[in-house]
Amino acid sequence: MFEKTLAELAKGLQQGEYSSVELTQAYLQRIKQQDSRYNSFITVCEERAIAQAKAADQAIATGNAGIFTGLPIAHKDIFCTEGVRTSCASKMLDNFISPYNATVVERFNQAGAVTLGKTNMDEFAMGSSNETSFYGPVRNPWNTDYVPGGSSGGSAAAVAGRLTPAATGTDTGGSIRQPAALCGITGLKPTYGRISRYGMIAFASSLDQAGPMTRSAEDAAMMMNVMAGLDPRDSTSVDREVPDYCAELNTPLQGLRIGLPKEFFIDQANPELAKQTEAALKEFEKLGATLHEISLPNTGLSVPAYYIIAPAEASSNLSRFDGVRYGYRCENPVDLEDMYKRSRGEGFGAEVKRRIMIGTYALSAGYYDAYYNKALQVRRLIQNDFTAALQEVDVIMGPTTPHPAFKLGEKTSDPVAMYMEDIFTISLNLAGLPGMSIPCGKVNGMPVGLQIIGNYFAEQKLLNVAHQFQLATDWHQQSPDGLSEV
Amino acid sequence: MSLDRSDVEKIAHLARLQIAEQDIPQYTENLTNILQLVDQLQAVNTTGVEPMAHPLDAVQRLRADDVTELDQRTQLQAHAPAVEEGLFLVPRVIE
Repeated sequence: MFEKTLAELAKGLQQGEYSSVELTQAYLQRIKQQDSRYNSFITVCEERAIAQAKAADQAIATGNAGIFTGLPIAHKDIFCTEGVRTSCASKMLDNFISPYNATVVERFNQAGAVTLGKTNMDEFAMGSSNETSFYGPVRNPWNTDYVPGGSSGGSAAAVAGRLTPAATGTDTGGSIRQPAALCGITGLKPTYGRISRYGMIAFASSLDQAGPMTRSAEDAAMMMNVMAGLDPRDSTSVDREVPDYCAELNTPLQGLRIGLPKEFFIDQANPELAKQTEAALKEFEKLGATLHEISLPNTGLSVPAYYIIAPAEASSNLSRFDGVRYGYRCENPVDLEDMYKRSRGEGFGAEVKRRIMIGTYALSAGYYDAYYNKALQVRRLIQNDFTAALQEVDVIMGPTTPHPAFKLGEKTSDPVAMYMEDIFTISLNLAGLPGMSIPCGKVNGMPVGLQIIGNYFAEQKLLNVAHQFQLATDWHQQSPDGLSEV
Repeated sequence: MSLDRSDVEKIAHLARLQIAEQDIPQYTENLTNILQLVDQLQAVNTTGVEPMAHPLDAVQRLRADDVTELDQRTQLQAHAPAVEEGLFLVPRVIE
């Protein structure tokens, strides 16, 4: 049961092979027995999940079920979930029981999905290793000495460890794609604005985007059908028709033009990892695609531009945590300023404080033009690179990350080294383009990912390309060793 | 760009963050390293390049000025650290 995809589980539910309650109980049981190894959940919603599963079984019995009815999933703990603690993995929100649902959560509830729980993450989604969580680091199911990536590390580890068939994630600089790559699962960051950000705790509002983290491209397409669409509650969500993301999965790839940015294939990449990427590209050639060298000359500037823009937006977004209306308040403040400073100083972890300070500095008087405005100009140059390249090719591919997973603690003392792990993913957020990571091989037993980048709103194409690869290969079906059935 | 202790203290004040005395050297080093990373931007020629604040260059969508939200004060204030008679309590500001 735990090796099945959402698509397979949906069939099983519809054909009465098992009920949603049975499925849900099996996963809850497995989380209870196994998650002490990974720490992938912050909150498990046992009673709530069973109640949702009972309602789903009722709907199935009365013929009112949709494709998603009764399927268990997990939500990253950045999505507000009514009546459930929504912590964003921060001490600041350790006591926050959300009074409302994020639109993403609401849509899955409407579709009849069962919420198993809320997954661990880097604090306020700031991190690439899931080591900044207030609730402790997440461990990679492929080898628990290694990080799962971040910030959606709990979602990635839970899917890889078969503790949930799928999960939601968010991606501001690679936070879906990088952990998906490091944990050997499929992850999609859609075009900016494709999915509502309402109720998704804000990190950097012009970069944040939600997406699915799954066992297969087909499952990601199923989740996109639930998640995508205009939301009047998010003025940046895009008013544009939502296609059926499952409709184009089987289109043959004959004649597909794949662009390979030379900047993604020089020195930064690990040679073993590069071999895996090359093997995946050969597979695409067998499927009828053609390979073309392209250039994204400003790739190297994406990390520097990001580390102005994202912290600037974060310093503004996180100013709402002031100890007044919700969240953590320090003990016995002597005056208002002391209350602000100590509530924030004690409530936020070190990485969040670093980023707030960088953002505050970049936006402060005398530095705004030199840093913030300059970074926005470079952001335009990065977008122009992609726009030009995507006139020549249908999709762009390369490794998702420069390295496979690293060991816990290996990069925590050097924030800049950690930031460089996102070199291949971060430029898409700046440009607002969609990108996917799919498993494409292993290096020293640890999975690595292939990134597929497309034009604005080309999610259907990305899913099609990924699905065809997954029909021809079995990297996405491989499980970490020692995953025993409950 | 290299920061010193007083820069870090000033930034922490602007951000309303208390940083423990013994942690300041570490923040100074980390923030300096991050600023050195972003300083690469200074070498780029961006003359005439329009700054890009939004990926799709979208403008704010407006809605009709209708009442759409109900009064949820009690529910929302249930999460506040200190509340009295519908008001959020903070340390005394006016003597």
